[in-house]
Amino acid sequence: MNAIIQQLFKFKGGVKPQTNKTISAHEPIAQAPLPARLIVPLHQSIGGTPNPLVVAGDHVLKGQLIGGPDGWLSSAVHAPTSGTVLAVEDHISAHPSGLMTLSVIIQPDGRDEWLPRTPLNYRELAPERVREILRDAGVVGLGGAVFPSHAKLSASKTVPMEELVINGAECEPFITCDDLLMRERAEDVVRGVGIFRDLLAPKRVLIGIEDNKPEAVAAMQQAVKSLGEPFEVIAVPTRYPAGGAKQLIRVLTGKEVPAAKRSTELGVQCFNVATAYTAYRAIAHGEPVISRIVTLTGNVEHPCNWEVLIGTPLGEFIQLGQPKSDTNGYLMGGPMMGFEMPSLDAPLVKATNCIIAGSPTLFPPKAPEMPCIRCGACADACPHELQPFEMYWFARAKNFGKTQEYKIFDCIECGCCSFVCPSHIPLVQYFRFAKSEIWAREADKKASEAAKARFEFRNLRDEREKAEKAERLAKASAAKAAEKKAAAATAEASIEPATGSDGADTSGAIAAPVDADAAKKAAIAAAIERARVQRAAAEPKNTDGLTIAQRKEIAEIEARRAPLQEQTDPNAERAKPGTALKEVKG
Amino acid sequence: MITAIIIMALGAIVLGAALGYASIKFKVEGNPLVEKIEAILPQTQCGQCGFPGCKPYAEAIAEGEVDINLCPPGGAEGVQRLADLLGREAKPLNAEEKPKQVALINEETCIGCTLCIQACPVDAIIGAAKQMHTIVAPLCTGCELCIKPCPVECISMEPVAENLDNWKWKYPVIEIKRAA
Repeated sequence: MNAIIQQLFKFKGGVKPQTNKTISAHEPIAQAPLPARLIVPLHQSIGGTPNPLVVAGDHVLKGQLIGGPDGWLSSAVHAPTSGTVLAVEDHISAHPSGLMTLSVIIQPDGRDEWLPRTPLNYRELAPERVREILRDAGVVGLGGAVFPSHAKLSASKTVPMEELVINGAECEPFITCDDLLMRERAEDVVRGVGIFRDLLAPKRVLIGIEDNKPEAVAAMQQAVKSLGEPFEVIAVPTRYPAGGAKQLIRVLTGKEVPAAKRSTELGVQCFNVATAYTAYRAIAHGEPVISRIVTLTGNVEHPCNWEVLIGTPLGEFIQLGQPKSDTNGYLMGGPMMGFEMPSLDAPLVKATNCIIAGSPTLFPPKAPEMPCIRCGACADACPHELQPFEMYWFARAKNFGKTQEYKIFDCIECGCCSFVCPSHIPLVQYFRFAKSEIWAREADKKASEAAKARFEFRNLRDEREKAEKAERLAKASAAKAAEKKAAAATAEASIEPATGSDGADTSGAIAAPVDADAAKKAAIAAAIERARVQRAAAEPKNTDGLTIAQRKEIAEIEARRAPLQEQTDPNAERAKPGTALKEVKG
Repeated sequence: MITAIIIMALGAIVLGAALGYASIKFKVEGNPLVEKIEAILPQTQCGQCGFPGCKPYAEAIAEGEVDINLCPPGGAEGVQRLADLLGREAKPLNAEEKPKQVALINEETCIGCTLCIQACPVDAIIGAAKQMHTIVAPLCTGCELCIKPCPVECISMEPVAENLDNWKWKYPVIEIKRAA
């Protein structure tokens, strides 16, 4: 690294909350012990839910695939240790709703036995194969969005790749997991960045770290130097939310990602440092993502960063930090964007970067919401230059169309507006409410359009079938009429060969369509008659004039036959083609 | 005097020709209002409004023949949206509003008569004669039309459970606490 003076840019807005980072950053990363039980949710990333590949009773090895990716935009899930699968069932998830999700529950056997790992040299592999390996290793964005990383590693065909931004900003208060990762494992992070660089081939690689982490900056610079990579490690001013992808891109490159566009359209791609680290481990060591570094901090005796297995129940994890007696809840994520964990049974997942034990003194209960005074403080603080007070107004009134006009979907829910609001209005909650309502409406609309299409198709098919049936009947009756006529004609001809058949012909043609219904009725009557005759023929004829004893005997035999006949009848019916079979086209 | 009349007459002819051409060229097929109304209706095709499907009801509304509060699946919100569109007064729904639900066939008791298949307006039931039938839940609109034809009463309506995919953030509620 030569001493280039990097021109830095600024993003508008942002806030400076108390960072509270030092309390958990003074100790090295510790290895969490094996928990008694692991609950691994299958759906841990954006995209399709992985399909379970194990059943209760199976023995799994550490790193064994237990959830296969469902489609391209999906990511695999692995067993975090060796043990026995107790169940594959719905379990409470690390989600604000506290709802259940399909999870694999594993009882560790304590041996922690790895599946054979195959280290690879990615330079010898096709880029397509590298992306596949990353998907099958469950590498997802560990900054919190858990977007499958392989899907971000295909360079755009139209826009040349300018910058690769590596996000080590970690702007949320309390969280130090990326800080410690960069301090202790900087070289592996840089090697991971090297993989991303080789796949995307950008002109520059920029690693942005907030300037409140001088040790991490120094370690990363040292690692870049010792590996001889041309990456630029840049300390960015500490200002929440500098770690937002669009904000960091703005600070490092000066490019502003427009509303409803992706950074790739400007030739910029952004990854978290922990993602780079796991990508390197996955390829060079053959280790899938089965653990991550989680900061345990807040109201605990022993705040520290732990390398913890995915699926560790929250209740077991917090014991490592010895929560103080007045702890009244646990936040997943930071105090700005995090949410309260619904239960101590909920597991830690790939998105869990931090657990903060809360107490009434640390997070005092929110002051009651007061009316909006239109001071505009939220608009000043908004890093996306939105107008939160307007969006609040319309979200509160459930006027969702208007919230969309004010670009509610550009809101990243960073919480700056709620943080500065002098009226203590939970603005972000209103925005989340409005967003999920809009999504639900869009889903409903799509469903109703699909229902309409199916209904119309069904009506069309019904009509077509009716028309076809009528046509068939008309044809059949016409054919019958013609046959009859021909027979009559031959009969007539044998009697009176001189008579012309002109008159008979025309009358037959007119009669055919009119007779269609009558012919049908006649056919049915004929069929019934045939069935009656058949039944009569099948009945034994030698039953007249029998003695009473003989009749009794016959009755007994019949009684014995009846149940047998009932059993065989449905089989006989099934052999016929299903008359009412209907296709459902989807 | 004569020139003025000629000019006016010419103007009338030209404008008349232009209007006549426009009425042929830009002729609107169907009633656009019907489409707008239909977009608001939930497309369950349940017939609870008394019409055989959502489109006939939309047509009847556009004609001004019927009330706008006859669609229970659309709910009070649907009535409100129709009222906004048509400039009519919103009325309370003429039936009880139900949560979204889907039909469920008890596969133990199903005899495979295909009557429900024939009743389903959106082809959301699969099965064959004398074979068990089942409902394709994502396609079911919850119209309840399959319940009546079933001779063994094996179809029931189940409310759609909340899961991680359809979960919604709740409206922020201000907690009112008793003053100490």
